[in-house]
Amino acid sequence: MTDTLSKLGKVALFLGQVLRASAPALLRPRLIAQQVYNCGARSLVIIMLCGLFVGMVLGLQGYDLLARFGSESALGVAATLGLLKELGPVVTALLFAGRAGTSLTSEIGLMRATDQLTAMQMMAVDPLRRVIAPRFIGGIIAMPLLAAVFNVIGIFGAQLVGVTLMGVDQGTFWSQMQGAVGLRDVSEGIVKSIAFGVICSLLAVYEGYHTEPTAAGVGLATTRTVVASSVMTLIVDYMLTAAFLKG
Amino acid sequence: MAADPRDNSGPDSVVDVRDVHYLAGTHAIFSGLNLSVQRGSITAVMGPSGTGKTTLLRLITGQVQPASGTVEVFGQDVATLDHKGVFALRKRVGMLFQNGALLTDLDVFENVAFPVREHTKLPEPLLQTLVVSKLQAVGLRGAAHLMPQQLSGGMARRVALARAIVMDPEVLIYDEPFVGLDPISMGVVCRLIRQLNDALGITSIVVSHDVQEVGSIADQSYIIAGGKVIASGSSEQLQHSTEPAVRQFLQGEADGPVPFHYPAGDYHQQLLQLVRKS
Repeated sequence: MTDTLSKLGKVALFLGQVLRASAPALLRPRLIAQQVYNCGARSLVIIMLCGLFVGMVLGLQGYDLLARFGSESALGVAATLGLLKELGPVVTALLFAGRAGTSLTSEIGLMRATDQLTAMQMMAVDPLRRVIAPRFIGGIIAMPLLAAVFNVIGIFGAQLVGVTLMGVDQGTFWSQMQGAVGLRDVSEGIVKSIAFGVICSLLAVYEGYHTEPTAAGVGLATTRTVVASSVMTLIVDYMLTAAFLKG
Repeated sequence: MAADPRDNSGPDSVVDVRDVHYLAGTHAIFSGLNLSVQRGSITAVMGPSGTGKTTLLRLITGQVQPASGTVEVFGQDVATLDHKGVFALRKRVGMLFQNGALLTDLDVFENVAFPVREHTKLPEPLLQTLVVSKLQAVGLRGAAHLMPQQLSGGMARRVALARAIVMDPEVLIYDEPFVGLDPISMGVVCRLIRQLNDALGITSIVVSHDVQEVGSIADQSYIIAGGKVIASGSSEQLQHSTEPAVRQFLQGEADGPVPFHYPAGDYHQQLLQLVRKS
């Protein structure tokens, strides 16, 4: 327990250092764009594939559930709200942790193990500014974008199953969705995915930066990234959901 | 031979290490280390593995602080410098890492250009001229487009050397520059160290345990063992040393003042106990 607390404290202190290094890093948009590409564009295929299937499952399960109450026509609303507010941000964050988070950790960890970070310091270049901050910011930008792509494809998947396969009326599907989904629902999803972006990117760069400089150390750090990011994502998701329902 | 290592300290010394004590955990790495590096010279720091040669470099570059004693570089006490001061110091000191430590996501050209891009706003044509000339100096102009993974150990070290000199440092530090190199690469790196030192008028510190190679180029050598300088002088003076620890190190004898065995309990006792147990 004390270990977890002290680790939380260390991560918080590290966040402070990274934020301080982020201001100058923002002046170099090319480095950040490169990281948005690394974390974002390279995760697109897996995000799209998973989005499609999650949407299709929602279509099936949603239809089955709603049909019991005779309200299949609400499938569009149900699937969209589920995706926008919950599944989109959360599943994207879990996939991000597995795909982009691990590669961030192992990349930075190997840079540590092969003295690249020390070499930068010896060249009077602050690795927090040059390596860590751009990756951190890049991850935060990439996450909501990925979640948006996930949502769009997911809604398409739900429509594919609900309308084409199960026979829900297409007009009802879209018009009910249009009527019931508000900007508030969309912004809830955006706030969540930005929060998850901060969590997943921060934990990934933290673990990478503090890797024990051995092969086993890099492996362990990568595992810790996935585990910690997933758990923290789900815990914070609960808190944010509760806050949004109350507010 | 038991020369006072502080003989050399004076207005012309670039690095002055005075009575430094350093602990790693509870283990004392240095206990009263003294040495100084003359401007424009090649100074070799030799010693058996694990005597803290790399730690010495970390002290000089401000990565770690001594428990007591002072490390002065360019007349400034490194321990008193803040973050900015340390970075300003490091801009005047180039360092070559044992494995090169090239940035693996950049090609050779960009690796050499890296410090220039980070610290200056040179126009692109000027920057390219600068980088190409440094690559030419280490003989790797033709390898500019290669990625670090495609380089041999010797080539990687030469690229790292080009990167270390691209900002025209006043002091160049080499951490084990000969480890793992074939005889040809070793000769090349050896010659480069001497040439760069003389042509660019820099001061070089070479940490190594390759007695022959480093001895052939060094103006002044220190041998460290047991946390102290046990001998210093030119290679010739060291060769004629009668001190047992120096002789053991230079001749490569397995046992001597530096024991072959790691400290352990009585061997016979341990064997008897094992027999009794079985």
